[in-house]
Amino acid sequence: MAAPGARKLDGGGIIAAIKASGVEYILSVPDITTSSGLLAPIAQDKELKLIRVCKEDECVGIASGLSYADKRALILIQHTGFLDSINAIRGIAVEFKQPICMMVGLLQHDPDKTPRESSRYGVRIVEPILDDMGISHHVINNDDDIALIAPAIEKAYAESQPVAFLVSRGPDAP
Amino acid sequence: MMKRDECFRILARHIKDEAVVATYSSAVDWVGVSPRPLNYLSIGAMGLDSSHGLGLALGRPDKRVVVLQGDGSLLMNLGSLVTIGAVAPKNLVHFVAHNETYEANGGHPIPNRKVDFATMARSAGYAATYDFSDLRMFEQQIAHVLEQGGPVFATLHVEPSGPLMYDYPSLYDPKKREAFKALWKS
Repeated sequence: MAAPGARKLDGGGIIAAIKASGVEYILSVPDITTSSGLLAPIAQDKELKLIRVCKEDECVGIASGLSYADKRALILIQHTGFLDSINAIRGIAVEFKQPICMMVGLLQHDPDKTPRESSRYGVRIVEPILDDMGISHHVINNDDDIALIAPAIEKAYAESQPVAFLVSRGPDAP
Repeated sequence: MMKRDECFRILARHIKDEAVVATYSSAVDWVGVSPRPLNYLSIGAMGLDSSHGLGLALGRPDKRVVVLQGDGSLLMNLGSLVTIGAVAPKNLVHFVAHNETYEANGGHPIPNRKVDFATMARSAGYAATYDFSDLRMFEQQIAHVLEQGGPVFATLHVEPSGPLMYDYPSLYDPKKREAFKALWKS
């Protein structure tokens, strides 16, 4: 339980926002930041369909294919997997303008710092890469940020463009 | 050993309202044989043909999806065999044209020319797998390959092609994606 006054992030609130955005499929490679607070409860959720993939770039192709039938997906991965999938994101999400929605856990990041201030090089470069690629992104650090999720996913599908959510604190399990 | 375009000409006679996913050399040959709005060619990154195919198959379980992937492409996304085997969409038929080369990138050999994709697919959980190197056998069995419950996998042992024209602006035309989507979601 969080100490009084400490910032926290409610996994149940995030999952409710994902559902409210019309997402039907979660495509995932496990990430330790979001493991217990998001992926584990999603795996037990009757309303969301979880597809476990072998490598993160698969998610980009699957989400694209689903979008042609107006089926919504959220990619739930670690920032290392995001970095590994840059070419797929470049080709499919950016150049082909597909609504690829990514929720990216920032491995071993200090949640009281911004991602750009992280002591970890791999985390520090995520936002600059997203900026260079022109991909809209939001840091999800505490409960106040959860309200950003559903409108951003709605906008991604309405305008056929990618969006990334950077989870900078391990969410509490519902 | 067969020729890829000959296999595709036979395949095209059996294709109706399926989505056909193809890329690079397979896309050039397929579009030459069967230009149609339900061809899905905007893969965006080598290797992801099979993953796009899985997404399409999940999105429209009432329709069939045919993936025409190259061997070099599948090698870049071997894990997709395991993912597809686990998800097990009944409406997905996955061909790999095994010409033992990276044909679109200069004809260099793949790392192991004798790799057995059909055995890999079988162990990954595909419902049925085939290995064709004789055109008459392929012609005899193609209807069954396409009609049975999937996921189905078939290796087509083919010769490398002669020089092909890779007209990427035409293959990746955004209007083709729009036309595909209008038909696929309707």
